[in-house]
Amino acid sequence: MDKTHLLVLVGGLLFSIGLAGVVVRRNALVMLMCMELMLNGVNLTLVSFAQRTGTTEGAVLVFLVFVVAGAEIAIAIPILLLLARARKTLDVQAYAELKG
Amino acid sequence: MKLQLIALLPLAGFLVNGLVGRRLGRAFVSLVGCGLPILSFALAVASFRELSAGGAPLVEIAYTWAAFGGQPFEIAFQFDRLSAVMTLIVTGIGSLIHVYSTGYMKDDPGYARYFAYLNLFLFFMLLLVLGKSLLVLFTGWEGVGLASYLLIGFWFEDADKARAGKKAFITNRVGDAGFLLGMFLLYEAVGTLDMQAINAAFASASPPAVSASLVGLLLFIGACGKSAQIPLHVWLPDAMAGPTPVSALIHAATMVTAGVYMTARLSPIYMLAPEASQAIAAVGAATAFFAATIAIAQTDIKKVLAYSTISQLGFMFVAIGVGAYGVAIFHLYTHAFFKACLFLGAGSVIHAMSGEQDVRKMGGLARRIPVTFATFAIATAAIAGIPPLAGFFSKDEILWFALSSAHGGSAVLFAVASLTALLTAFYMFRLLWLTFFGAPRMSKETAHHVHESPASMTGVLVLLAVGSAVGGFVSIPHYLEPMFALPPVKEGLDSLEKPVVYLSVAIALIGLAGAWHVFGDLRRAESMRTRFAAIYSVLAAKYYVDELYDTLLARPLTWISKHVFLDFGDRALLDGTLDGMARLARRTAGVLARVQTGQLQLYLLLALAGIVGALWWMSHV
Repeated sequence: MDKTHLLVLVGGLLFSIGLAGVVVRRNALVMLMCMELMLNGVNLTLVSFAQRTGTTEGAVLVFLVFVVAGAEIAIAIPILLLLARARKTLDVQAYAELKG
Repeated sequence: MKLQLIALLPLAGFLVNGLVGRRLGRAFVSLVGCGLPILSFALAVASFRELSAGGAPLVEIAYTWAAFGGQPFEIAFQFDRLSAVMTLIVTGIGSLIHVYSTGYMKDDPGYARYFAYLNLFLFFMLLLVLGKSLLVLFTGWEGVGLASYLLIGFWFEDADKARAGKKAFITNRVGDAGFLLGMFLLYEAVGTLDMQAINAAFASASPPAVSASLVGLLLFIGACGKSAQIPLHVWLPDAMAGPTPVSALIHAATMVTAGVYMTARLSPIYMLAPEASQAIAAVGAATAFFAATIAIAQTDIKKVLAYSTISQLGFMFVAIGVGAYGVAIFHLYTHAFFKACLFLGAGSVIHAMSGEQDVRKMGGLARRIPVTFATFAIATAAIAGIPPLAGFFSKDEILWFALSSAHGGSAVLFAVASLTALLTAFYMFRLLWLTFFGAPRMSKETAHHVHESPASMTGVLVLLAVGSAVGGFVSIPHYLEPMFALPPVKEGLDSLEKPVVYLSVAIALIGLAGAWHVFGDLRRAESMRTRFAAIYSVLAAKYYVDELYDTLLARPLTWISKHVFLDFGDRALLDGTLDGMARLARRTAGVLARVQTGQLQLYLLLALAGIVGALWWMSHV
């Protein structure tokens, strides 16, 4: 088993753990962290393949993902803060009435 | 260029007054509205002189609209003797009515709109009489219908008046359907719509392979609509809802004569169609008679005149039916003078009476409004056929040819026409008596306000009265003889010409004496009315024709429209289909909408399932 293979496997594992966390956990903050985990899993896969094929596109794409993830968090955390302040809880079930 | 200008000048007046007239003030509107028709009249006179000098008809091709099958469709104008007579009547009398309107409509808020419509009307009428092909004629024909609709419903704030306009328009549409079918048949048979060519084809030794009677009858249906003959006469009395000068313009001088003009213009077709000619004569005689009887029992001054118009048009169609086309145009010409004079005189009376139109509330006006009275009396005598006024000449000739024409003249036709002439004299003098003689029957206040009309109105009345008096000395049938030969006289009737003249004079005088006798003393009129109460109520109700049409046509149509087209077609079928589709979408969406719970986890699970499903599908298909 070579190094790339291992790294891709780890990336897939990170993604799966993140996905499972998002689906299973009810704590909004944990769900956000799990989403970051999924993004990092993808990033890891991207750089691994970029290393393997010797192209730069994959590596560049990783920076894009970073930017998007940063922006996402910058918006998500304040929203979450407001929600938590209004509901006094981080349980996403409590926000169900936001469905519109 | 001249002929085009004759028609286009009023159109320019319509555009100017219609677009900017409201902003430019009444003096300007009057100048444009009256000036351009008068200019048209001057051009018509110039063209007439040119025609008289040269002899050959003037022809102008303004524009080739389309050409297919080797046959151009041209917007072309033609000025021959018949068109000359018509154009002079339309522009001459039309201009006088415009001038009169400046006085009559002085205080109307729609002054500019009124003159715009009036000019538009004149434009279409000139298109109608100047058109070289049936196409141009038909454009004018339809346009006249439109303009009359606008003018009859001029005071559209009043629902009744708007309805009268609608009635005129729809009734005319019925006739137009017949006219269109006739045109299609003609085009199929002759291959052109040029009236010269059509006439030449029918006058030639081998006429087109089409039933001249069928074409003639279809065209006559159109003429019935425009010229208010039975059974399409119902619109004309209601059309009195318009301003009185409009009644004079539409119902005396121009629009209603269109049918007479058209049948005369296409006379070679009718020469080949004795059946159609007989039908025309019969319809004309019946219309003349029935309208005259109705006129006796009407109490609205304008309604009496309206029915007399229908009756006189019937006379013209009798002349057409017996082949005396020139005589029909002659009567059209004299009728234009005295009927315009009568209508405008009635307008002056209504003006003096503060808007009252009921003759039962008039009386004794002769001294109060002498000019109106004098002109009205001359025109009344003219329509009654008292010599030597204009109506005498034309009516006498119609009576003579109704009896003697070898083209379908008969004793029955003559008898009906004579009886109608008698009734005409009777109801016209009745109107004169009730309006101008006897004791005043109006309220004190109205009586106090009675006043003679301004000079712009009385001047026109005087001119028209002069025309009604001496117009008969211009022998139109003689002038038109190169186009319409007078029908040959039946064997052995030549000697009767003089007696017919005496008879027609006697008829007019008997009518006068009868009206004098009955209405000179209103108690006598009252006792006659009670004695013939049943007949009187039928006449006053106009033979219930409107009610009959309402029961036979209007109500079934309304029922079908409501129950079949509205309730079933529109509501059940169309709305039902659309509503059903909308309901289906809403119901299915309702099922799926249950998924939207607000549970983030559920959403994610479904998204995951979707992605997995999509991946599985992509790898297996």
